[in-house]
Amino acid sequence: MMNLSRSVALFSLFLLPLISFSFSVDNPTDRRVLVLLDDLSLKSSHSIFFSTLKSRGFDLDFKLAEDSKLGLQRYGQYLYDGLIIFAPSTERFGGSLDSKSIADFVDSGRDLILSADTSASDLIRGIATECGVDFDEDSSAMVIDHTSFSVSDVDGDHTLIAAEDLVKSDVILGKTKIEAPVLFRGVAHSLNPTNNLVWKVLSASPSAYSANPSSKLSSPPQLTGSAISLVSVMQARNNARVVISGSLQLFSDRLIRSGVQKAGSPNKYEKSGNEQFVTELSKWVFHERGHLKAGSLVHHRVGETDEPAIYRIKDDLEFSVEIFEWSGKSWEPYVADDVQVQFYMMSPYVLKTLSTDKKGLFHTSFKVPDVYGVFQFKVEYEKLGYTTLSLSKQIPVRPYRHNEYERFIPTAYPYYGACFTTVNPILPSFFLSLSLSLTHTTDKAKPLDTFLNADGWFLRLQLRLPLP
Amino acid sequence: MGGKPEPGNVSSKSESMAAKKASPDLLNSLSFKSLKLKTKQQELLLRVSILGLVYVLAFIARLFSVLRYESMIHEFDPYFNYRTTLFLTEKGFYEFWNWFDSESWYPLGRIIGGTLYPGLMVTAALIYWTLRFLRFFVHIREVCVLTAPFFASNTTVVAYFFGKEIWDTGAGLVAAALIAICPGYISRSVAGSYDNEAVAIFALLLTFYLFVKAVNTGSLSWALGSAFGYFYMVSAWGGYVFIINLIPLYVLVLLITGRYSMRLYIAYNCMYILGMLLAMQIRFVGFQHVQSGEHMGAMGVFLLMQVFYFLDWVKYQLNDTKLFQTFLRITVTSAILVGGVALGVGTASGYISPWTGRFYSLLDPTYAKDHIPIIASVSEHQPTAWSSFMFDYHILLFLFPAGLYFCFKRLSDATIFIVMYGLTSLYFAGVMVRLILVATPAVCLISAIAVSATVKNLTSLLRTKQKAPQSGSTKGLGSSKASSKVLLDQSQPVQKNGAMALLLGVFYLLSRYAIHCTWVTSEAYSSPSIVLAARGAHGNRIIFDDYREAYYWLRQNTPTDAKVMSWWDYGYQITAMGNRTVIVDNNTWNNTHIATVGRAMSSYEDEAYDIMRSLDVNYVLVVFGGVTGYSSDDINKFLWMVRIGGGVFPVIKEPEYLVNGEFRVDKGASPKMLNCLMYKLCYYRFGELVTEYGKPSGYDRARGVEIGNKDIKLEHLEEAYTTSNWIVRIYRVKPPTNRL
Repeated sequence: MMNLSRSVALFSLFLLPLISFSFSVDNPTDRRVLVLLDDLSLKSSHSIFFSTLKSRGFDLDFKLAEDSKLGLQRYGQYLYDGLIIFAPSTERFGGSLDSKSIADFVDSGRDLILSADTSASDLIRGIATECGVDFDEDSSAMVIDHTSFSVSDVDGDHTLIAAEDLVKSDVILGKTKIEAPVLFRGVAHSLNPTNNLVWKVLSASPSAYSANPSSKLSSPPQLTGSAISLVSVMQARNNARVVISGSLQLFSDRLIRSGVQKAGSPNKYEKSGNEQFVTELSKWVFHERGHLKAGSLVHHRVGETDEPAIYRIKDDLEFSVEIFEWSGKSWEPYVADDVQVQFYMMSPYVLKTLSTDKKGLFHTSFKVPDVYGVFQFKVEYEKLGYTTLSLSKQIPVRPYRHNEYERFIPTAYPYYGACFTTVNPILPSFFLSLSLSLTHTTDKAKPLDTFLNADGWFLRLQLRLPLP
Repeated sequence: MGGKPEPGNVSSKSESMAAKKASPDLLNSLSFKSLKLKTKQQELLLRVSILGLVYVLAFIARLFSVLRYESMIHEFDPYFNYRTTLFLTEKGFYEFWNWFDSESWYPLGRIIGGTLYPGLMVTAALIYWTLRFLRFFVHIREVCVLTAPFFASNTTVVAYFFGKEIWDTGAGLVAAALIAICPGYISRSVAGSYDNEAVAIFALLLTFYLFVKAVNTGSLSWALGSAFGYFYMVSAWGGYVFIINLIPLYVLVLLITGRYSMRLYIAYNCMYILGMLLAMQIRFVGFQHVQSGEHMGAMGVFLLMQVFYFLDWVKYQLNDTKLFQTFLRITVTSAILVGGVALGVGTASGYISPWTGRFYSLLDPTYAKDHIPIIASVSEHQPTAWSSFMFDYHILLFLFPAGLYFCFKRLSDATIFIVMYGLTSLYFAGVMVRLILVATPAVCLISAIAVSATVKNLTSLLRTKQKAPQSGSTKGLGSSKASSKVLLDQSQPVQKNGAMALLLGVFYLLSRYAIHCTWVTSEAYSSPSIVLAARGAHGNRIIFDDYREAYYWLRQNTPTDAKVMSWWDYGYQITAMGNRTVIVDNNTWNNTHIATVGRAMSSYEDEAYDIMRSLDVNYVLVVFGGVTGYSSDDINKFLWMVRIGGGVFPVIKEPEYLVNGEFRVDKGASPKMLNCLMYKLCYYRFGELVTEYGKPSGYDRARGVEIGNKDIKLEHLEEAYTTSNWIVRIYRVKPPTNRL
C-alpha cells in the first residue's frame, strides 16, 4: 500500500510538467481563458463575442483589470491557457500582472487577444510593442478614411470604416469567405519591419490615414494608406498566437449587429462581417485551426528499416515524417504538396519536396551527396497561419572505408600487366644466376660486363660480395 | 638529483676504459685470477653497465611532472593523440584507420585516419597490447604518459651506436649520456608529453644511424633497415621531410667532393626507393613523394646517382679520356635539361605541387609573418632567441664548434654526415623554436666527439707521462704528441699539470651541465600546462586546475550533441576531456573555418550571433587570465584572431582594434575592441571584481590595467559557467527571441 501511494506520488511528479502546459500534445485547443475588462459593462456590450466562445466550450473568467487579486500564475503554474485584454484605458493592472508577466505568458506558449482603442494607455501600447506592433503615437488619433467609410457613420467624421482588405488565408479566417465589410472604429497601428512573425489580417484601404478627427490636420499624418493595419496577428516561435486589434468596438454587439454599406458601393448588407471575422479569428488564435504536429524524422537506407548511426557518401536513403493537423476535435492527416526536406550542411545539399500518402505520412528518397561531413535532415515548414514546423536531425556522412573502393580499375590494367611483365623475367634469371654463382663461388674477379648484367648485380648486392 | 654525477662518471669511466685498452695486461697477472676478467670483457661490462645506467637515467629524469603533479597528458596536441590512441585500443586498427570524426570541425568533420601520422598511436597501442598480453593490466593513459620517456631511453642507445659509428665507443657513450639529459630533448619528451616528437626523434636518429652504417658498409641490409627506420619516421611525424631532404643533400655533397662510391650508391638507392614506397602506405603522406616539391630534391639526386653510375660504366668501357670528356659533357647537359623540363612541366601542369607555406617559412623566417598568420600565431613557431639556445644546450653550445673541428680533422663519410646534420638542423633551430629538438641529437653527438676526443688526448698524455720514467725514454708518447718529443724533459711536468687542469675543467663543465639540465627539467619543462602552478604570497604552491574543471563541467552539464566554439587552441582538449563537438581545433587544416571563428570573436555581438547560429553553436568558451595574471589567454591571442579572421574576411580590419598601433584594453582602447564579442565574454562582470588589493575594481592582472568597459551587457549569450579562478569562462548561446 505504501509502495503504491509512493509510486503514485512519483508518477504524478513526472506528470506535473505535462500538466503545466496549456495544451497537451493531444489537445492543443485552449480551455481556460481569462478576460480582463476595464469596465464590467463590456461583458454585456460584447456579449455575442463572449457567448460564441462559451458555446465552443471555453471557460471564460471575467475580471476587472484593476482587480487586486489578479494573477496568471499560482505556485508556478499558469491558471489560464488564453488571455483576452479588453481594457484599453487601463494604466496599471491590479495584482501581480504587468506587461512583463503578459510577455512571459505568451513566451510560455499561451495565447492572447489584445484590443486597444482610441486613447489606449501606455501599458497596452507597451504590450503591443512587445508583440511587434506599434500603435500610432498620437493618442487622440484614429483611422480616418474618406472613401471606404460606412454610410451608417453618424458622426460624419468618417472614422467608422468598412474594411474589406482581409488577409487571404483560409487557416486564419476560415474557408467561408467573409462577404460583408468589417466595421472598424479605432486606432491605427503598423508592423515592426524587423519582425517577420506578424501579419496584417485586416488592413486599411490606400486612402486611409491616421489623425485626430476633431482637429485640423496641421502636418502630414505619420501612418497612411495600406501601411496601416487595423487587426494583426502574431505567431511566436513557440507557436503562441496573438491577435492585436486597434478597435474594441470591432468585437461589440453593436457593430456585429449593425448593417453595413460601404460609401459609394451599391451593396448593402444586413449584417456586417464582424461576427464571422471575430469568430474565425478566435478559432485560429485559440488553436482550433491551423495547428500541426509532426512525428519524428525517420530515415534509413533503402532496403533497411533501422536508422543508421552514420551514412556513407552516395548511400541511397529513404526519409519520411508524419504530419497531422488538429481539426478542433481530433487529429487529421495533413495534406499538402509543399513540405520539403533539406539535407543540410551549412547550406542545403539536397532539397526535395515530400510526397504524401494522404494519411499523414510524407516521404521521399534520395542519394547522399558525394560530400562527407555532419549533415542535418531539416524540415522547415512555415506557412501563413499554420504552426511552424522546424525539425532537424543530425547525421554524419563518412567517406568510403579503405576496403570499399573498387579493387581493380579497368583503366589500370596496363599497369597491372606492367608489374607482372617486370617480375616475370627477373625471377628465372635470378634463380639461374644464383645457381651459376653457387657453382663459381671463388670467381671473384668477374669482368664488368657480366657484373652489369642486372641479375648478377642484384645477386651481388644480396650476397654482399666485394664491389669494384 | 640522481642525474648530477652521471655524465662526469660516464666520461671518466669511458676514458679510463679506453686507457685500459691501451695499457698492457700487466695487472692481469698480479690480481686474483679467478675473479679477473679479460680486458675486453672488462670493457664490455663497463660499457654495458654505463649504457644501462644512462638508459635508466634518461627515463627517470623525465618523471618530474608525474611526481609533481600526476600521471596526466600535457598540453594541447597530446590530448588528441591520447583520444585517438584510446579509440585505437578500443575499436581496433581498421576502425581507427577509417575513423571519420564528427566531433571536430563541425560541421565538416575530419577523416582522422587520413589526416594524422599514426606512428605514435600504433606504438603506444602495441606497447599496451604487449603489456596486456604479459598480464600487466595497465591503463592506456599510463602507457601514453610514459611512451615519451621510454623512447627517450631508446634514443640514448641509438645515440651510442651512432657515436660509435662516426667516432668511437667513447664518443658513443658520451653522446648517450649527453642526449639523455639534454634539455632541448627533454622539453618534448617528459612523461605526459605524448606528442609525435616523442617517438619521432628516436626514429630520426635511427634512420640516420642506419643510413650512415649502410654508407659505411655498403650493405643492402643496413640500407633496408634505414628504409624501415624512415618508414617509422614518416608514420610518426611530419618532420620526416627533413630526412628526405638532408640525405639527398648529403649524397650530393659526397658526389661533389668526389666521394662517390658503390657503397653510397647502394645505400641511397635502396633507402630512397624502399623508403618512398613504404612511406606511400601512410595515408596522410600518400603520393607526396612523387608529387610534392619538397620531395623532388630526393628524386633528383636519385636520378643523378644513376647518371654517375652510368658514366662510371661508360668511362670503363671507353678507356679514352678525350672521348669520355665529350660524352660527359653531352650526358650531363642533356640530363640537366631533361630534368629541368620535367620539373617545369610537372609544376606548370600542377602535377608537382609547389612548396608549402610551412616549408617556405623554414627557409625564410619572415615568410610566415607576412603570408600565413596561422603559422606565425603559434608561439613554438617563433624564431629562436639566443637565451633559449643557452637554456637548451648549455655547454653543448661551446662544445659544438670544438666537435666540428675534430670532425673536420678526421673527415670521413660518417663525419661529413654528422657535420651536415648539425649545421642544417642548427639553422632550422634558429628559425623555429620547436626545431631545437631536431638539432639536439646532432649537437649532442658532435659535442660528444669534442668531449671524447679531448679527454682521450689528455688522459693519454697523462698516462704516457707516468710511464716515461719507467721506460727511460720518450718513446712511449706515441704519435699523438709528436711535438712533445722535441721538448725537453723539464717541460713534461708542466704539460702534465696542464692536462690535469684541463681534464678537471672538462669534468667541472660536465657536472655543471648535469646540474643545469636537472634544474631546467624540474623548473621549466615539467609543467603539464593544463594544470597551472603559481607561488603564493608565502612561497606556497597554488594549483590552478581550471581547465579540467571547465571541461568536466562541459562533459557533465551540456547536451551530448552540444557544439562548443572556442579559439582553436582548446579544440583538442574540449573533444578529449569535455567530449563535446568543437568547431575548430589544433589540426588547423581549414583556414576558412578558423577565420570564421576569428571573425565571430572579433565582431559585435549581434553579428557574431548570426555566425554562431549558422554554425549551430551552443556554447562559447574563452580563456581569461585577468584574475590570475595568466598571460597566455584569449585577450593576448586576440590580435591573431583578428589577423586570421581578416585574412579571409576583409570586413575585419586590424587597425580598428588598435590605438596608434597599440593593443590596449583599458579606457583608451578603440571602441570596436571594447565592444567585440571576445572582449565582452572575457570581461563580462569583471568590472565588479576587485582582483588586487589597492587597485580599482576591474583591474586586469595579466595586462596590468583597469579595463575600459566595465558595464558589459550580453544580449544573445548568457554566462553558463566560470571556473573558480576565472581562467575558463563558458557562455550559452540563447535561442532566437520568441517574439521578434
